[in-house]
Amino acid sequence: MRINCPVCGERDRREFYYKGAAVALERPAPDAGEAAWDEYVHLRENPAGETRELWYHESGCNGWLVVTRNTVSHEISGVELASEARS
Amino acid sequence: MVELVAKTPCAGLLPVSVGDLRIEETHMLPMSVIMPFLGKEEAVGATLQKAHGLALPPVNRAEIDGETSVLWFGRGQFLLRGAAPDADLTDLAAVTDQSDAWAVVRLSGAKAADVLARLVPVDMRLSAFPEKSTVRTDLMHMMASITRLGPDSFQIMVFRSMAQTLVHDLKGAMEAVGARG
Ligand SMILES: [Zn+2]
Repeated sequence: MRINCPVCGERDRREFYYKGAAVALERPAPDAGEAAWDEYVHLRENPAGETRELWYHESGCNGWLVVTRNTVSHEISGVELASEARS
Repeated sequence: MVELVAKTPCAGLLPVSVGDLRIEETHMLPMSVIMPFLGKEEAVGATLQKAHGLALPPVNRAEIDGETSVLWFGRGQFLLRGAAPDADLTDLAAVTDQSDAWAVVRLSGAKAADVLARLVPVDMRLSAFPEKSTVRTDLMHMMASITRLGPDSFQIMVFRSMAQTLVHDLKGAMEAVGARG
């Protein structure tokens, strides 16, 4: 598996650390209420198909990336810097 | 009184030769990581050029002039080696001294790229990785910085604490490449 880092170019999967679903980019406001925070902290989708994930280019550029990956085929359809995905 | 003796990271480990392949430790030189503050990259580049005669390199490239070099060293990070950083840089960037933090070795020989091919998940052939190319990548299980110095020579850096593992892994790969003739 290869990931096309927007900074470094295409690299082997072993250079990256896998964080999980990209929920950390959508942190609720402090006063969003219990339901929103319960979902943010505890509830995860488990999709068979396309999902957005956070990966860290640990032994490369140290960039945090948002990778759009199909969990069935492992096809990667998009990679962007987390700092740009947020804004 | 205890007498402290300065030791280089690879003291007692290098040089090692296998056929025409060779690893040796490079001179201890001052090293600093420079992380330009937001929007200050251009100013850092101008200061580096003026004070040290080297430009800020683009991603995966190195600027080298004799024993002085600037490596791209990660996202928003550059490594200045061979000179104490100009005082003006501290207004423009976070500058940290790393002089004792890294083991820095040179791997040379006609099949040096074949040795790295056994250890590194990046294409190190001259056609894909020409002179003054640099990468941050894995060397076996270690985070490394690898720079091509010439057609048959590379600079390899890992954390100082991993010097022995680096030499062990390189030596094993050199012997394997050497055995194939
Ligand atoms: Zn990267």
